[in-house]
Amino acid sequence: MSVGLEQYLLLSAVLFTIGLVGALSKRNAIIVLMCIEIMLNAVNLTLVAFYRYGGLDITGMVFALFVMLVAAAEVALGLAIVFSLYRSRETVDLAEMDMMKW
Amino acid sequence: MNWWLLSPEITLVAFAVIIIFLDLAIQRKGILAATSVIGLLVAMVFAVGLWDKTGVTALNGMLVIDRFSLFFQMFFPGVAALVVLGSTDYASRFSRFKGEYYALILLATTGMMFLASTGELISIYVSLELMSLSLYALTGFLRDPKSGEAGLKYLLLGAVASAVLLYGLALTFGITGTTHLAGIAAAVKGMGNAGENPALLMAIAFIIAGFGFKIASVPFQMWVPDVYEGAPTPITAFLSVASKAAGFAVLVRVFTVAFLSPGWLSQDWAMLFAVLSAVTMTLGNIVALMQTNIKRLLGYSSIAHAGYIMLGLAAIGSAGGGGLGQNGILFYLAAYGITNLGAFIAIIAVSHRLDSDLISDYAGMSQRSPLLAAALALGLISLTGLPVSAGFWAKIYIFNSAVQEGFLWLVVIALLNSVIAAYYYLRIVKAMYVEEPTSKESVASSTPVKVALVVCSIGVLYVGLLPGAVLRLIEAASILL
Repeated sequence: MSVGLEQYLLLSAVLFTIGLVGALSKRNAIIVLMCIEIMLNAVNLTLVAFYRYGGLDITGMVFALFVMLVAAAEVALGLAIVFSLYRSRETVDLAEMDMMKW
Repeated sequence: MNWWLLSPEITLVAFAVIIIFLDLAIQRKGILAATSVIGLLVAMVFAVGLWDKTGVTALNGMLVIDRFSLFFQMFFPGVAALVVLGSTDYASRFSRFKGEYYALILLATTGMMFLASTGELISIYVSLELMSLSLYALTGFLRDPKSGEAGLKYLLLGAVASAVLLYGLALTFGITGTTHLAGIAAAVKGMGNAGENPALLMAIAFIIAGFGFKIASVPFQMWVPDVYEGAPTPITAFLSVASKAAGFAVLVRVFTVAFLSPGWLSQDWAMLFAVLSAVTMTLGNIVALMQTNIKRLLGYSSIAHAGYIMLGLAAIGSAGGGGLGQNGILFYLAAYGITNLGAFIAIIAVSHRLDSDLISDYAGMSQRSPLLAAALALGLISLTGLPVSAGFWAKIYIFNSAVQEGFLWLVVIALLNSVIAAYYYLRIVKAMYVEEPTSKESVASSTPVKVALVVCSIGVLYVGLLPGAVLRLIEAASILL
């Protein structure tokens, strides 16, 4: 059996699901950020697989590069907010982020 | 290529850089607010100057400059300028980071302007993130735990939503083989009726989910109340007006350009938006009834208004083209924008003096500050949609577009919702004008805040009394398909 587009798409769908489930269920803010990274990397895998097997032009690669750049900025900002919150609360547990509730 | 086409955005980025450097050099920080207002007005003037260029593309088709995008390139700087004017008092709370505050507002505005003019998937993602990242930082700007908590919640949920959107965009790219919206339209059309392509439907569902987060549609609305309550109040105003309008602008463009034909596809998503619209407005209004915090109340009210605006999307899909639905959306966004800004600027002024957002503290506000109470009352009346205010015409126009397309049941639900909404909006007006104040101390506000309030109130009355001029502008701005 050879590895083709289908296998890559399946793998990226599985990765995306793992990331999504983790991001929605984990309580530690840092782990949630890591799960978001897994989701974005699953998307990158999809894009690169389409580029490699779809006979498409370079756009897929360029798209993946842009995603990496934006993801880096997003994580930097996320960690900065987590850090400043940790200084005032001394926790990164999302279950304790309950100052506002209806 | 012609760089003049990008002049509004280039102006804003240049001014953002200038503001950061000015912040280092000067002591009188009031100049920063003035500089950002000037930058935003200059960007608006450039956008007006481009009005005669239509259907031009820039950067290899990544950006499309047409009247639709130019309408938003005038709208977003206008909103941002009012937010900056409204935050002059409030900004004293960010003792050290005023320069960054104004620069981030300008950068977020740039992202929104790009978002309204994108014609291509990569630039949609990049401009969406430029807007979002600036807004995450602004949400967590105050040095209190509530603001930090709001910033973190917004960032985590927003990042998940944009990852879902991105997966949808990647699948669309894979299925159609191009990232240009026009190319996607041709490829989707070419599929014809041969098997309703499940991968394409999944990609569209992911795209709706991602943008649904930005416009605060059910079931992606859970961040709204917390973020609105915790964020600095001027940023809450900015989020509720500009970020929502940007989400609708890109939704309208993506769905009217890329996914309009074949007919079964647009009928499918029209029905989806119709159902989402009904659920969103009902949930927003019913939960708003129970709120005691005015910022949370307006948060739920903004969810409900997203529901009303989605009526227009349903009408677009059902009609198979722009027309009434699209005009309705643009008109509603303009009317809702100026109304909600007026209400929020009054709230900024009050909450800055009282340091409280509780509705009970608004009792007797008409005696403590007649101007603020009158402006807030006008805003709430317009949000209710009573005659002689902008909100009245906005509702009539968008409801009409839905009725024309046979969504009578949806308009009946929307009308019932408007009645529910009247209860909680007018309750605040009653508290301000009928109830006795808890203290006699007057609530003062600075001149820029008064200017912003007067501009918004005149805008609401102008659109309410003479809607013709705005309607003509909006009809010129529609994408004709």
